[in-house]
Amino acid sequence: MKETNIKNVSYFHKVVDCQYACPAHTPVPEYIRMIAARRFDDAYMINWESNVFPGVLGRTCDRPCEPACRRGRVEEQPVAICRLKRVAADHKSDITDRLPDIPTEKNGKRIALIGGGPASLTVARDLMPLGYHVDLYDDQYKAGGFMRSQIPSFRLPETVLDEEVNYILDMGVNTHLKQKVSSMRSMLEKDYDAIFVGTGAPRGRDLPKLEGRQEANDNIHIGIDWLANVAFEHTESIGEKVLVLGGGNTAMDCCRTARRIGGKDVRIVVRSPKADMKASPWEIEDAEHEGIPMFENHTPKAFVCENGKLVGMLFELVKAKYAENGRRSLVPTGEPDVLIECDDVLMALGQMNSFPWIERDLGIEFNDWDMPEVDKTTFQTSLKNIFVGGDAAWGPENVITAVAHGHQAAISIDKYCHEKDTRDRPPPGTTLISQKMGFHDWLYSAPVSDDLRFVVSHVDTELALSDRKIEVEKGFSLEQGLKEVQRCLNCDVQTVFEKDKCIECDACEDICPTDCITFIDNDEEDILRQSLKMPADNLEQSLYVSAELKTKRVMVKDENVCLHCGLCSERCPTGAWDMRKFLLHEAKAGR
Amino acid sequence: MSYIISDFRHPNAKVNDLGLSKRDYEGALSTLCAGCGHDSISAAIVQSFFEMNIEPHKVVKTSGIGCSSKTPTYFLGRAHGFNSVHGRMPSVSTGANMANKDLQYIGISGDGDTASIGMGQFAHVVRRNLNMIYLVMNNGCYGLTKGQDSATADVGSAGKKGVANQFAAIDLCQLALQLGAGYVARSFSGDKKQLVPLIKGAIEHQGFAFIDVISPCVTFNNTPSSTKGYEYVRDHLDATGTIDFVPERQELKIIHPEGTSKEVKLHDGSKLILKKNSHDYDLSSKREAMNTIETVREEHKILTGLIYLHEDPKDTHAKINSVDKPLNSLSQAEVCPGSAVLDDLNAGFR
Ligand SMILES: Cc1cc2nc3c(=O)[nH]c(=O)nc-3n(C[C@H](O)[C@H](O)[C@H](O)COP(=O)(O)OP(=O)(O)OC[C@H]3O[C@@H](n4cnc5c(N)ncnc54)[C@H](O)[C@@H]3O)c2cc1C
Ligand SMILES: Cc1ncc(C[n+]2csc(CCOP(=O)(O)OP(=O)(O)O)c2C)c(N)n1
Ligand code: SF4
Ligand code: SF4
Ligand code: SF4
Ligand SMILES: [Mg+2]
Repeated sequence: MKETNIKNVSYFHKVVDCQYACPAHTPVPEYIRMIAARRFDDAYMINWESNVFPGVLGRTCDRPCEPACRRGRVEEQPVAICRLKRVAADHKSDITDRLPDIPTEKNGKRIALIGGGPASLTVARDLMPLGYHVDLYDDQYKAGGFMRSQIPSFRLPETVLDEEVNYILDMGVNTHLKQKVSSMRSMLEKDYDAIFVGTGAPRGRDLPKLEGRQEANDNIHIGIDWLANVAFEHTESIGEKVLVLGGGNTAMDCCRTARRIGGKDVRIVVRSPKADMKASPWEIEDAEHEGIPMFENHTPKAFVCENGKLVGMLFELVKAKYAENGRRSLVPTGEPDVLIECDDVLMALGQMNSFPWIERDLGIEFNDWDMPEVDKTTFQTSLKNIFVGGDAAWGPENVITAVAHGHQAAISIDKYCHEKDTRDRPPPGTTLISQKMGFHDWLYSAPVSDDLRFVVSHVDTELALSDRKIEVEKGFSLEQGLKEVQRCLNCDVQTVFEKDKCIECDACEDICPTDCITFIDNDEEDILRQSLKMPADNLEQSLYVSAELKTKRVMVKDENVCLHCGLCSERCPTGAWDMRKFLLHEAKAGR
Repeated sequence: MSYIISDFRHPNAKVNDLGLSKRDYEGALSTLCAGCGHDSISAAIVQSFFEMNIEPHKVVKTSGIGCSSKTPTYFLGRAHGFNSVHGRMPSVSTGANMANKDLQYIGISGDGDTASIGMGQFAHVVRRNLNMIYLVMNNGCYGLTKGQDSATADVGSAGKKGVANQFAAIDLCQLALQLGAGYVARSFSGDKKQLVPLIKGAIEHQGFAFIDVISPCVTFNNTPSSTKGYEYVRDHLDATGTIDFVPERQELKIIHPEGTSKEVKLHDGSKLILKKNSHDYDLSSKREAMNTIETVREEHKILTGLIYLHEDPKDTHAKINSVDKPLNSLSQAEVCPGSAVLDDLNAGFR
């Protein structure tokens, strides 16, 4: 293999699994260390810079970082990265003086944001400090988008959301609430320098053709519309027997909300096997904990009415069959259909984008799925002053993805408004700094805690079900949080090898607890991977290969399960190994 | 501060036939200098005992005094151990072996511990063919007492102090050969490929197995002018042929072209496979072994690998005709059968 070029920042970036997996590239280990040092404000601000909604995300993030976390490959469970974010948010003091200054003299550029969700708010956050004039349009009565209308208060208290939305609005964003934008043409006529579309995926799927659909209409609700109605207090109750159709996170929020506003016998019914349900495991667990059973392999056949009122649903029983190419088909088992009684049905069958308000003759290209063509890097459409991000761009994702899109779109908008090439992307800011203080002394806490993941405690279920606004999770206590942070392996503290200093005493190879290091004759990657001290079978993880040493061998380090414990460096007599902290801050608009 | 090693190991780490992981063969975290050759030898010992499926509690580690003699703390944490007095490892090992011959004995010593203060004890334990592995971590100096020249330092070699040694060097392999050791090998701490099979062979060997391992002292004797530094040793190695250990039950997988390798059988049926090179000689010939060491030395090189193997079926116990049972398991009545038996015995001498 060729010598690894560690000057290429993407090499070390990839080693920091959590940060690499985070769509907004939050410097996770750095904020975790700040919590360990009880520097909660600093921990919060590191998050705020990257992901804008630390308090919200510390409760609701989809956490792509956690399955990526190296700790999960070393023992059973990853670091509770998400809930640690909440620890930072819960324990911070007033941080308003740390928010960016907003120039009183504006730069003369006017931007419109359509939709007030996390994507648009992030664009506002990044452009306001640069002197832009920002108008935000949303059809709801408060900004926040789906974070407000969909994520129930028992998962995300309104106060937490308000605080973080207001940090942005208080920068001087001009809000136009309760205003549905019904024509892009009329928006273009307002002569904005750029328009950002962050309208999400606001249409819930229905079963329009199912028998009985029309007759039972009064008691059939589209999940996301119903959740919004509950959030905005238009709906305050539901029947005692409720069926929720669908196996995603929306279904989990629907059933848990129903349990709190009158539903006594609430059931989830899914077409597929339970194992194929899309909801996050922790959401399923929480729903089950609230006494909500799940019925799998039930395909809806009909809404059953008596005297014009819904009394139940009929389901066909199916079985999943997997073809050789892995494709699943659900085939009827031939058993008799099942009737489940109910008073109401909530349909949580997925969401779609819908752009009836964008005229098709404006020069914005639409693709075969009737979605605007959006550039994956610049978030620009074929009409150069229109940008799209969040769920509106490529369909439903999550808050952190919307935020990441917002940051990137803001960079493009800023470049576009200054007549610069939007394709020319600014590089991230990086530093690589030695952590050595003495022979066994490091600027980070190198020893690895062997604690198992701490569990976040919940309020008593009965109490939780009595009021939809009571937050279920209590968050980590400070004591738990301070222990959980020690589970982090500090993957950003990189092992850096200087070949010229190595005397090949093998001390690092011998000491490494997880057998990461091998001195070996060089070869092709696939051969090398199999000939190391421990075969490097995780192909997603890089091999760090040195140039040829005196003995003609090379040093090969498999990054996969390195504990970043620093022992290789402590054992090295010549300082050929060093532990250096690699900080990467994603580029932002105007920088 | 991290004088601490994590409990985590590679998730795919294998267990051996006993269901033990390599971790079960490790000891405490070493306190030797970073980069000390002795630590590599400890790692080779861990690997060898793990792969040989030896129960750690059936091993006895003995040592004298020195950095080298500290290492038994850093391997086989579950074995029995006796860190004894300077140069006295052989007598402690002999005593232990007398008490229980059913255990596996490994004595660790240094060049100071063996070739200076312990020379007398060394000579006699070899002569007696005690069933043990005697491993010297040879760095040409007294590491623990700050690097004074030892009796294995070559003439002209200079360590950190910069003064060249004037006194003739003792070659411990030649000495062991001369005194009748049945298994004699030399290796280098930086060459586990060679060292591990040699240790495995020594574990299998019945009787006295001697391994002299050149093991650089990074702190006091790793200078360009030293003949025991990493660079010098690497540049001057000359092996008797690469070596593989093949356990009794395992098929031969290492295939060398016809006529280029030879097998050396150990008593239990396992084999050492040697790839032949220019030093192809009869390993059971003491004279040829001595000759080869000398020839290679004249070329200013260091002969490593298996140097001599000739199993003497009679170890100390056999030579002194001790009972079959380990002595520590004998009852009071067996050890001291009483005055009637003594009377009978005396009667026989009348
Ligand atoms: C029930 C449910 C629960 C969820 N839970 C989570 C979770 O726990 N964690 C997570 O990360 N993600 C969750 N999501 C997904 C997440 O809410 C979205 O991915 C995210 O909010 C998308 O952000 P956005 O900025 O693209 O748009 P949105 O948040 O959808 O905001 C778009 C806003 O634009 C408004 N709008 C739309 N059209 C117009 C128009 N023509 N004129 C004016 N205003 C308009 C909408 O009303 C909305 O307020 C959940 C989604 C649902 C449905
Ligand atoms: C009876 C006695 N004499 C002298 C000493 C001092 N002493 C301690 S270690 C040592 C030499 C050790 O050298 P070596 O066996 O080569 O071990 P190394 O530290 O080099 O591994 C000496 C002379 C001692 N501990 N006891
Ligand atoms: S151990 Fe810490 S730094 Fe490493 S991936 Fe997990 S959270 Fe990130
Ligand atoms: S930091 Fe060094 S010793 Fe520790 S696990 Fe990583 S490679 Fe091994
Ligand atoms: S002094 Fe020399 S022999 Fe002793 S631990 Fe240090 S390097 Fe090893
Ligand atoms: Mg010594």
